[in-house]
Amino acid sequence: MPDAHAGAAAPSVFAVAFKDAALAALVALGLAAPMLGLVTVQTQSGIELEQHWGRVAIAVAIVFAGRLLLNLTLWRPGRKKSLGYVPPKVEARLARFAKYLAPLAILGAVVMPMLPFTERYAIDLGILVLTYVMLGWGLNIVVGLAGLLDLGYVAFYAVGAYSYALLAQYFGLSFWVCLPLAGILAAFWGVILGFPVLRLRGDYLAIVTLAFGEIIRIVLLNWYWFTGGPNGISGIPRPSFFGLDFDRGDDGFAATFGLDYSPLHRIVFLYYLILALALITNFVTIRLRRLPIGRAWEALREDEIACRSLGINTVNTKLTAFALGAMFAGFAGSFFATRQGFISPESFVFMESALILAIVVLGGMGSQFGVAVAAVVMIGGFELFREFSDYRMITFGLVMVLIMIWRPRGLVSTRSPSVFLKEKKAISGSLVQEGHG
Amino acid sequence: MEYFLQQLINGVTLGSIYGLIAIGYTMVYGIIGMINFAHGDVFMVGSFMALIVFLALLALGVTFMPLALLIVLILAMALTSLYGWTVERIAYRPLRGSFRLAPLISAIGMSIFLQNMVQVAQGARVKPLPPVITGGYQFGAAEGFVVNVSNVQIIIVVTTIALMVAFSLIVSKTPLGRAQRACEQDRKMAALLGIDVDRTISLTFVMGAALASVAGLMYLLYYGVIDFYIGFVAGVKAFTAAVLGGIGSLPGAMLGGLLIGLIETFWSAYFTVEYKDVAAFSILAIVLIFLPSGLLGRPEVEKV
Amino acid sequence: MIDDAPALPPELLLRVERLTMRFGGLTAVNDVSFDVRRGEITALIGPNGAGKTTVFNCITGFYKPTVGRLTLASKEGPLLLERLRDHQISRKANVARTFQNIRLFGGMTALENLLVAQHAPLMKASGLTVLGVLGIGGFNKAERAAIEKAKVWLERIGLIDRADDPAADLPYGDQRRLEIARAMCTEPVLLCLDEPAAGLNPRESLELNALLRSIRDEDGAAVLLIEHDMSVVMEISDHVVVLDYGKKISDGAPLHVRNDPKVIAAYLGVEDEEVESVENEISAEASS
Repeated sequence: MPDAHAGAAAPSVFAVAFKDAALAALVALGLAAPMLGLVTVQTQSGIELEQHWGRVAIAVAIVFAGRLLLNLTLWRPGRKKSLGYVPPKVEARLARFAKYLAPLAILGAVVMPMLPFTERYAIDLGILVLTYVMLGWGLNIVVGLAGLLDLGYVAFYAVGAYSYALLAQYFGLSFWVCLPLAGILAAFWGVILGFPVLRLRGDYLAIVTLAFGEIIRIVLLNWYWFTGGPNGISGIPRPSFFGLDFDRGDDGFAATFGLDYSPLHRIVFLYYLILALALITNFVTIRLRRLPIGRAWEALREDEIACRSLGINTVNTKLTAFALGAMFAGFAGSFFATRQGFISPESFVFMESALILAIVVLGGMGSQFGVAVAAVVMIGGFELFREFSDYRMITFGLVMVLIMIWRPRGLVSTRSPSVFLKEKKAISGSLVQEGHG
Repeated sequence: MEYFLQQLINGVTLGSIYGLIAIGYTMVYGIIGMINFAHGDVFMVGSFMALIVFLALLALGVTFMPLALLIVLILAMALTSLYGWTVERIAYRPLRGSFRLAPLISAIGMSIFLQNMVQVAQGARVKPLPPVITGGYQFGAAEGFVVNVSNVQIIIVVTTIALMVAFSLIVSKTPLGRAQRACEQDRKMAALLGIDVDRTISLTFVMGAALASVAGLMYLLYYGVIDFYIGFVAGVKAFTAAVLGGIGSLPGAMLGGLLIGLIETFWSAYFTVEYKDVAAFSILAIVLIFLPSGLLGRPEVEKV
Repeated sequence: MIDDAPALPPELLLRVERLTMRFGGLTAVNDVSFDVRRGEITALIGPNGAGKTTVFNCITGFYKPTVGRLTLASKEGPLLLERLRDHQISRKANVARTFQNIRLFGGMTALENLLVAQHAPLMKASGLTVLGVLGIGGFNKAERAAIEKAKVWLERIGLIDRADDPAADLPYGDQRRLEIARAMCTEPVLLCLDEPAAGLNPRESLELNALLRSIRDEDGAAVLLIEHDMSVVMEISDHVVVLDYGKKISDGAPLHVRNDPKVIAAYLGVEDEEVESVENEISAEASS
């Protein structure tokens, strides 16, 4: 805006902003008045309404002030670049920066439990975050690389968890035997469920995977004699350090290594276990991207018809992505079971699938680093707000919306080529397709 | 026989509710090609709106039931529509034309937000409403079997049919419906021809939310109990219904809703209640595998 | 290989017999037969909606013909193309194709595009991925060879300097050539090109002609192309097949086809009666 006009235009800008904010406040009043102002309470005589107009006033005031502020700052007419805009050059530099950041992050993750000021809580949180990092990386193969929208990923997590729990319960198998078995079983289920549905496209695939996720959960919930139904399975054996249990006994981990027994040993061990599992997932995925199968996944995401014309068996290629993604979920699931010692269908609801998918999309589809950052931000942030339990889910939902509006392609939106002749150039996300399957 | 007829009537009632929600999914999908994941929660909000308005009317002394229900219907539709409009405005419009998964995630975020907002605002406990409409008809007493049709069921089915007819007319006959169909075909071209695309899409969300609120009211009357979590399951099933019927098709949504309602009811009646959802989802998977575009959907021709 | 696939005469690569394709009530291709000879460039021409792309889609396995037999003389003997699934067409029959609206992997680099085309041999070398993940077996060597091959093609189409750029960033003409190179990386015996010259400027069009000739002469692949641009067709093709309304109306050397009154009528869009009258005139001239 030229300076000469600034003086004359300023009040009108304010007037427009004010009017807009007033309208927004009016809408907010309509939304909030019945929902926040009139609360249904059950009393002895039946159900009645309680009036809470204070809350309505607060909500309306927040909307009005927020909208006015935004109108005068970020949304002011004439402001060209939106908040989420990052120039491609900066983005490319960030991507290069990420290359050095990733080893640093891994190093940080490795030394974290050894630091003197690290508390048990931090390690527990680390385990949780790393579990989601691993799940995110696993789903990234399916959604980010192969472009298949899977809304039922948690089913494979559940298959892994229940595989270990049931194999341990019925056959007394140890964690180390069950871990690969759980992965294989989950992959097997991935193939079984994937085979009939992978020819479906786009949102049909999404809804069928969602349905399968729910079916598996409902079966786990109702198959009482086998899975314990809603009570779940408890007393799942804890992992051993290659045969050494983490207990006070003479042949326990602490005694064998001449250490004083500490319950922290097991926690630290679990931390390194999930770190190792996650890094294996990452390593395998990075490796796969450079192999023909990984390129075929990405090609499939870009253009399925062209893939077929080049002799790529699209059904098998999709199935491999589905099965491998499921396998990593299976590993993560058996880890979850051994860590918790107790599992029930409660842990495998659709929300979990949505959360993992959100991590992948927020991180930037296909980007290993972005997914890890998104997992840390989402899960870590979520846990840090534990005290505000009532409001944290509300905030969580709202933050998901805001991040998507801010960066629809996720935090790291560039694609890094799997091979190069002279120079590895980051590919702008706007050129990369997101898949139709 | 009487058991069968009774279940048929129950299934049709349930199916009407699913069908009304499914229309919201199908219209939105038709026009902007996205799964409005928050629609199930808009339905839940609708049922709460109905309950709140109803209780407010009782508190104000409006006790003549037909009048009270009519006011509840209208107010609940209006208030829920506002929610539908706001959800679109905040969570979807800024993402229009971008990446396909972004609105989906944003919708999931919106769904989490609505669910928890209602939980915090209204409390997590279930909200029971004593039966408002009582009575009904009995058929076949003379022939030796008894089939009950309650007044609630009659109201639900009749209202559904009336709304279906009304909305079909809107879509096929009015300028708004024409604009919607134009946006469905080609949004850019529609905009070039002077159609206000944003407004058309907003109105689609408003219509979907209005129908969902009617479904919410019916759910409240039929089951007499609601909570903040009913949106998820009902939403997933209604979306299943929309896909089953052929997404994008209004009659398809209604047909899909009816089928899901019937499958669920009959499965519960003749097999096990626990696995009724498994039955509904399995049918969905099977139908999609053999008929990828649903029952009444237009088959998708692969362009090479 | 398949019992009832008859052997073709040695000079033939592909024989299309009585090909018919119906979509519901619409007959897009009606009883079309023609041959593609080894070492030749065959052009399939015709006005819009004549059914050219449908013929292509049948040959390359994207459609299953309603009626008809498509016999290809592969290295291992005659093959019936209509019995193969789309991805097998490339692998078993070595038929490659491009698309009317370019279908490159836009978010992948030019080099990656050419490597995806070498999927089958690389997949074998990676021990179906298992050995590749562990880094054992001959995968690295195979990948180096694949990159070398890709480099050769990038040189031939003049895109070696843009090897690391995303395909979607390339200019239109380069994308066309990259798509042809990608198809050639599958080492086809028959290369099917759907309007390769569409949208090219005259210079690019000339380059394309040279490329297609070199594919015929140096790589020994037969080329079957759909083209609208008559100058391209007349310039490079050895054999022309003309379709109109799903039927073959002419077949022969470019010169023969150019003077065929039916072809002229189809292209100029005259009524059927007029064609007949033109035909009558010609036959009258011939007999007199």
